[in-house]
Amino acid sequence: MSTPETKSLLVQEAPIFVQSTPGRSGASLPALDVPAVDVAALWPAALRRERLPELPEVSEPEVVRHYTRASLWNFHIDKGMYPLGSCTMKYNPKSADAAAAIPGLTMLHPYQPEDQLQGALAMIHELEGYLARIAGFARVTLQPSAGAHGELCGLMLIRAYHEDRGKRRSKVLIPDTAHGTNPASCTVNGFSTVPLATSELGYLTPEAVKAVLDDDVAAIMITNPNTLGLFEERIAEIAELVHGAGGLVYMDGANLNALLGRFRPGDAGVDVMHFNLHKTFATPHGGGGPGSGPVGVGEKLVPFLPIPTVEKRADGSYALDQERPKSIGRLRAFLGNYGVMLRAYAYIRELGGEGLKQATEMAVLNANYLRASLRELLHVPFPDRCMHEVIASDHDLKATGVTTLDIAKRLMDYGFHPPTVYFPLVVHGALMIEPTETETPQTLDCFVAALREIVDDARQSPERVKSAPQSTGLGRLNETLAARKPKLRFGGEE
Amino acid sequence: MRYLPHTQDDIARMLRLIGAPSVDALFASIPEPLRLKRPLELPAPLAEAQLLEELRALAIKNHPQSRATGALVFAGAGAHPHYIPSAVDALSSRSEFYTAYTPYQPELSQGTLLSIFEFQTMVAELFGMAVANASMYDGASAAAEAVLMARRLTGRSRALLAPGLHPEYAQTCVTYLSGMPLAGGGSPIARLPLSANGLTDLAALREGLAAGDVACVLVQTPSFFGTLEDLAPIAEATHAAGALLCSVTTEPLALALCKAPGDAGADLAVGEGLGLAGPLNLGGPGVGLFAVRDKRAVRAMPGRLVGETVDSQGRPGYVLTLSTREQHIRREKATSNICTNHGLFALRLAIHLSLLGKTGFEALARQNLAKTVFARDLLAEHGLRPRFPGAPFFNELALAVPGGDADAVVRQCARRGVVPGVALGRFFPELKDTLLVAVNETHSREDLIRLAKSMKTIA
Repeated sequence: MSTPETKSLLVQEAPIFVQSTPGRSGASLPALDVPAVDVAALWPAALRRERLPELPEVSEPEVVRHYTRASLWNFHIDKGMYPLGSCTMKYNPKSADAAAAIPGLTMLHPYQPEDQLQGALAMIHELEGYLARIAGFARVTLQPSAGAHGELCGLMLIRAYHEDRGKRRSKVLIPDTAHGTNPASCTVNGFSTVPLATSELGYLTPEAVKAVLDDDVAAIMITNPNTLGLFEERIAEIAELVHGAGGLVYMDGANLNALLGRFRPGDAGVDVMHFNLHKTFATPHGGGGPGSGPVGVGEKLVPFLPIPTVEKRADGSYALDQERPKSIGRLRAFLGNYGVMLRAYAYIRELGGEGLKQATEMAVLNANYLRASLRELLHVPFPDRCMHEVIASDHDLKATGVTTLDIAKRLMDYGFHPPTVYFPLVVHGALMIEPTETETPQTLDCFVAALREIVDDARQSPERVKSAPQSTGLGRLNETLAARKPKLRFGGEE
Repeated sequence: MRYLPHTQDDIARMLRLIGAPSVDALFASIPEPLRLKRPLELPAPLAEAQLLEELRALAIKNHPQSRATGALVFAGAGAHPHYIPSAVDALSSRSEFYTAYTPYQPELSQGTLLSIFEFQTMVAELFGMAVANASMYDGASAAAEAVLMARRLTGRSRALLAPGLHPEYAQTCVTYLSGMPLAGGGSPIARLPLSANGLTDLAALREGLAAGDVACVLVQTPSFFGTLEDLAPIAEATHAAGALLCSVTTEPLALALCKAPGDAGADLAVGEGLGLAGPLNLGGPGVGLFAVRDKRAVRAMPGRLVGETVDSQGRPGYVLTLSTREQHIRREKATSNICTNHGLFALRLAIHLSLLGKTGFEALARQNLAKTVFARDLLAEHGLRPRFPGAPFFNELALAVPGGDADAVVRQCARRGVVPGVALGRFFPELKDTLLVAVNETHSREDLIRLAKSMKTIA
């Protein structure tokens, strides 16, 4: 099996400030067609800036060349496979980008009169309905900007629900396999967290929940499939237990790509869940964002949704509803990441219900194919089944001195982005691999072949693995130095 | 489906290796009663040409500002549109930037990391601060995170908001802090009363600070009403009470001409880069800005940070750093729960600021100010008077309309193809007579004359 050639022409690129030449500019301003003004005559000295901000002084061609050269140092989904567990790095359709670039959809001010925004509001309302039907909820807010923002929103809804019933509850149950954002979102929201141990089989059990459940538990936060790639088989029983104690069930929807058309969280007793449009619904990650983290809720949480909601009037027009007396308020300005919503809307319209279901089926097929291929190669702690992602570890390589980090870095030399590493925390040295549905079986075979060579090298010439990567522009970066002597800006005095 | 490469042969071969009889069998772990047994209720799938037709049909139900149709928009209020050069779109839509993941693997992410390092530098420069982070979601959530950070730094609980803070930012702060009520109940967020000149009243501020339990004061400049706050005396009063001052800027272009918040004594600075980073897109995504004046405070900051370092051979490179503050390491002890941020719009802002450069940024700001002065004089001839007379302004005007009903003015002008601004009654019941008019470099002299004329026909 051949692996991709990874050598490429990279030009070392210094920060753009280095290229600055006084007097140069890439600005294109219209001629001033009104009288110029003297700032000093308009504003008192105390308000005026004495020194201009040190922005670079460069021409447009220099800017274009700089950022083009810089971009070539990036790995990205259009270039190769990104098997990042729980991140769902699937192909981002170009049609969705074209849709989101239509000027009549983008050049809109959020405070234009509503009758001038009917197309945009219709899209938001429709997308809300699609997401609600996909996951089995009464309503969905599209305001949160990312998954963690959605978690914050969901927890606020839970708090508001309990307070409305005259009870303050202070605890949230969180399995030890949870994403780090879950406990962090609880803290930001003033909840304390109670960790729940996963069973040896990798599942959450009603017994573990029962042992810590009391009338101070506001909610349980469940990721399903969990971060071990396993469907929480007893989710409905657990939901019933928690409901019986007056608590609510939050589901982290980061792994929803395993479930489309097969399972709806709302049908299993989940009261609130965030979606990640930048995972499940194929919108690009943009090198770290923006994403979008809509939150779906069952009937009992609807009164508490953030303002404004988009409502369809009897005459078929759309309007913003700001008058929701029990609302938690708002989590940001304006209506949310509309530009991201447009792409998700386009993706859902292109695929339809059957297409989404097929996407899930092929995502799960790809992950299982990797599971079956990898279990002879590496330690796979749950070798018999998985949903959309599979966990392996460096456990069998202990004697070689080669670690998960080394494997991750060496994969780069074969043209692959590393998987998520050292997560979930319950598996020592975890490699969390999520291929997604848009990878071909041939690509998966190449990935397995690369891992096979790496494992062989680990046993025979470990230094080759430990000194990786070698074909990237730079070798391993010194992260300790960066943290010990933080240099966080160009030309700072640090 | 064109995004799925699997042929029937592929599927059969893969199932054989897995040892599963069917794709259905892979879902056996979903308990039978929980399985969805009917198709999802969604519209039928569309081919690309049909899809884009549908979206164009949605687009014509909107009214964007357009020379072709004559639609003119003077709305700002925290979303200040500017012309975005083609090079910004061309570079930021390179799939190397656009389809990359968060740069957790630095050897494969130097392009993203370098551009964020530049972004951090530019934001710190604009605000006159030591350090800026790699972005927040938006200005409002950045303001709320600043309150949380000030609470961590001071050990105090409350925040005071200036009357000129964007009302949706104020709502966001209240919502973010809803899980942390004061010991005696009630929100830790309090808003100073609207003063006669719309600016922060020092006596009211000192009174608000007197109890000694305020962690920070949030002051927006240019304010929601377009007027400039003098931060220095506010900083002095705030610091005298042991609290921190956080400046808020929803129109960073003003920072070309206005004293940098850091130079005026602000400890934290947050802002919104939406208008300089992209089309308004109904208000998002933009990019939240977050900076601190004292670099020692950096370990209490929320969000990602990019730092410079060296590789295994001593060559310079960049990494995400100080991540022991963040949720994926610290979990419930993290400084914030933020993970995904607005990196692509941080990149777009950095590219735009690079194109404008030091001189272009200043020239653009001067144009905005000159056009706003012209608009003020023109609108005054038609009976629109500054609602807060005497207060200096940048590129937005709070004007009292003749007849006292700003909302009616908006509705009537809109019928003539002009959105003259934002009527403030929706935010402040006492400002029903006030129209907030935002002017920028895309408005020509003729546009401004048309704005004024559209008023005249009504008055």
